[in-house]
Amino acid sequence: MSMCVGVLVGFFGTVLFFIIRLFIIVTTGSKCRPGAKGPVTVLAVAGSGGHTTEILRLMESLSPSYRPRHYVIADTDKMSEEKICTFETSKEHTDSDSQFTIHRIPRSREVHQSWSSSTVSTLNAIRYSVPLVFSLRPDMVLCNGPGTCVPLCVAGLLLGILGVKKVLIVYVESICRVETLSLTGKILYPISDYFFVQWSALRDKYPKSIFLGRIV
Amino acid sequence: MKTVFVTVGTTSFDELIGSITSSAAVQALKSRGYDRLVLQVGRGSVLPGPEVCPHITLEAFRFKDSIAEDIKGADLVISHAGAGSCLEALGAGKPLLVVINDKLMNNHQLELARQLHMDSHLLYCTCSTLTDTLRTMDLSALLPFLPGQPKNFANFLDKALGVQ
Repeated sequence: MSMCVGVLVGFFGTVLFFIIRLFIIVTTGSKCRPGAKGPVTVLAVAGSGGHTTEILRLMESLSPSYRPRHYVIADTDKMSEEKICTFETSKEHTDSDSQFTIHRIPRSREVHQSWSSSTVSTLNAIRYSVPLVFSLRPDMVLCNGPGTCVPLCVAGLLLGILGVKKVLIVYVESICRVETLSLTGKILYPISDYFFVQWSALRDKYPKSIFLGRIV
Repeated sequence: MKTVFVTVGTTSFDELIGSITSSAAVQALKSRGYDRLVLQVGRGSVLPGPEVCPHITLEAFRFKDSIAEDIKGADLVISHAGAGSCLEALGAGKPLLVVINDKLMNNHQLELARQLHMDSHLLYCTCSTLTDTLRTMDLSALLPFLPGQPKNFANFLDKALGVQ
């Protein structure tokens, strides 16, 4: 009996610890200034097609202080790797110590995939994302909507919860979303540190969001 | 030659292909000075041959790796409401007429086309109003679509993250 109580107390204690840590991590992100200490390690999540084009436009705008740059793509995506390599090699002419890597993880959700099978494949994607994010230890995760973002952001959050490192979550909602957030946007809105939208109607609906006009 | 390029993206939109190759629509195009029609029909059920519209130069294909050249060579782009196609045409500085598929009314893709229409960057119609729109449209009323400013994002992030 007393062991049961012990296990329960331990369990709820752990849950409580996680919730408190989660709260602290999510609310103190704006005080985190990795750029003051040196280069900012970026993990950029490239989705497929339009998402990749948009994320590369954003990466192009960042100064050489954002390095190294790690890209994550879904393993079913053939096009993105080529786009990233073309982009990074063209960048190298202007920036001699450019460093980048590309990593693949299983896709967490294909378009039109059902909810139940999405859950299974998302859990599978988390299994790959956690070790990847733990070994790269980025200062920030930059993402813009493909389903692959969610497991990587969750892994980043876990680094913070465990007190290893605060990973800033920077989300840029796709220019396609004018009045409603994407599913990924809805999931990441509460846990992201900087959440950008590109249309004023979304800014009005989501007070935490940042609106700087169209940025891609 | 004044060229119209019609694109349906990765899906199919038979109704649009049917409407634009109808004799009324072709007549409207001719009266506006267009004499060449290029169709990208995607997975559509028909790939129209030149005999479909004897009064206009007609070319049709299903898919290409890139439609950038076709957009560049066009004087008017007629597109489905897909965000990618709309942004590509506007980015190339082409006058754009978006034809809504009313069978997909709640598709979120329509959000962007609707907003860009409200901001006067493109014209907007359905298949049933296509011919009328071609007859009466005023392309000079369209406003140029300026590219987004990723630099604003970078500056914001530099400040927020304390990057020197």
